[in-house]
Amino acid sequence: MAIEKLTGENSMIFIRSEQLFDFARRNSLWYIAFGIACCAIEGLMSASGPRFDFDRMGVFFRNSPRQADVMIVAGTVNKKMAETVKRLYDQMPEPKWVVAMGACANTGGPFREYPNVVLGVDKIIPVDVYIPGCPPRPESVQYAFIELQKKIAKRTEERLAARNK
Amino acid sequence: MTDTCEETLGVGLLCEGQHDPGTPPAGLRRAPSGVDGLTTEHLIINMGPQHPSTHGVLRMLIEVDGEEIVAAEVSVGYLHRGIEKLAEHRRYDAIGTLMDRGDYVSGMMGEHAFAMAAEKLMEVEVPRKAHWLRSLASELNRLASHLVWYGTFGLDTGGMGQFLYAMRDREALLDILEALSGQRMMFNYIRPGGVVADLPLGLEEKIRTFLSTFDMYLEEHDQLLGGNEIFQSRVKGIGVIDRGIAQCFGLTGANLRAAGVDFDVRKARPYAAYQELDFEVPLGTKGDAWDRYMVRMEEMRQSARMIAQLIDGMPEGPHTAKVPRVIRPNAGEVYASVESSRGETGIHLVSDGTEHPYRMHYRGPSLYAAQALEEILPGHLIADVVMIIGSTDIMLGELDR
Repeated sequence: MAIEKLTGENSMIFIRSEQLFDFARRNSLWYIAFGIACCAIEGLMSASGPRFDFDRMGVFFRNSPRQADVMIVAGTVNKKMAETVKRLYDQMPEPKWVVAMGACANTGGPFREYPNVVLGVDKIIPVDVYIPGCPPRPESVQYAFIELQKKIAKRTEERLAARNK
Repeated sequence: MTDTCEETLGVGLLCEGQHDPGTPPAGLRRAPSGVDGLTTEHLIINMGPQHPSTHGVLRMLIEVDGEEIVAAEVSVGYLHRGIEKLAEHRRYDAIGTLMDRGDYVSGMMGEHAFAMAAEKLMEVEVPRKAHWLRSLASELNRLASHLVWYGTFGLDTGGMGQFLYAMRDREALLDILEALSGQRMMFNYIRPGGVVADLPLGLEEKIRTFLSTFDMYLEEHDQLLGGNEIFQSRVKGIGVIDRGIAQCFGLTGANLRAAGVDFDVRKARPYAAYQELDFEVPLGTKGDAWDRYMVRMEEMRQSARMIAQLIDGMPEGPHTAKVPRVIRPNAGEVYASVESSRGETGIHLVSDGTEHPYRMHYRGPSLYAAQALEEILPGHLIADVVMIIGSTDIMLGELDR
């Protein structure tokens, strides 16, 4: 958002620091480049490609979990992988969010009968946004990020309202 | 091939599972080690399963002496989801869904292999048009898959631009595949007996429009990455998989053809419409990463050529044979294979005459390529690892199954 459009030249803005931080956070949601399976092609590669262009929403990939805000769990998590997913989540600095992308990350998807598959990534880490689909289209992933931005904005408002009560 | 596996790989290597980094296979570039008698302590580095350049969830343990790799161990199973076992509990018409999610970048080929195996058991005659549509879908998908490889291989070398151009062309291809099958990636288009739907109206024109610019774009891609001196100096001469190693490990596809072995399932055991198509199988000479790059780029040109022929010569007729709603094939055992984007994708199907297969084995080419990594990595530098993994074009979905 171009702030100078809202305000004149040499003007001042009064904003709570929490609101300012959350404004910055929700407009620079950097996700960890961690593709597990098929959804990674749609959610991480196509979505960051030229047609869908995640970048314009401030969503960009980081290779290290320590620099990331969001984890897109894109694919089937099995029991061998679950440990890694949990560990990566723990390595991310607070505040952090998780997007469960696709049927596998939501519930186990087409592979849920197989005993090795974790029945939804919310069994191991907290999830903020679920995206249905197998695989979801890149547009769905972008919609999920818009929802996540709303969620972050709402969180600040709720916190401020609770304090002013 | 004159030499045996023992001669190429060294006696005892396969039996005892030991790596002898002292005597790498001929042709490998050895890093300078022990300068002035200075040696360093060996260090074991973990790579993956979260690593931007392992193309999925491959995990490797790499033992290094300074910058030089002494030994490498590939650890798989991070995407094991039991496709083979689940297939035993699915009906024949529902297994295509699992095959799509095996090799997820080229789903059409997995479906095709399964459909061919099921048809062999059912003894169904597939209509000519279905064969042509299958080939068309496969070649379009091969282009899309190779473009993903091209883009990510460039990312491994440190380039970013070629990824965006590759994705632009891939989106155009996915539009065509979506019009054809209804989905962008998980098509479920090729089913036992034929294909789901005929060419939709206007798609022929769309494919022609795509082809009219694609050749030009492909040259652009080739120059953007292959014409780059930095890229060339990073891939030339590294990751040599020579004839011996390639054949001993059972590599197929571009990895094998880069070593100069003329084996392509489309030529060796023609299926679908490939017997009637005019195409060439590109071959490499040395089997290094550069050769694999060149072979794949040439394969894309050949695929584009084939698509034009398939569109021009598309026969009339039904797009599917008459298949019962619940398929109960004859009891028996068959093997059918196709040339997927990565090599020979085969399905070994055992049927006991019921509506579920008794056993299904999925032969994915990536597992063999990943095994060969352990053999070719020692002797290279750490920076070469991602290049070599990228050049073999492994797909973890079919590797772990």
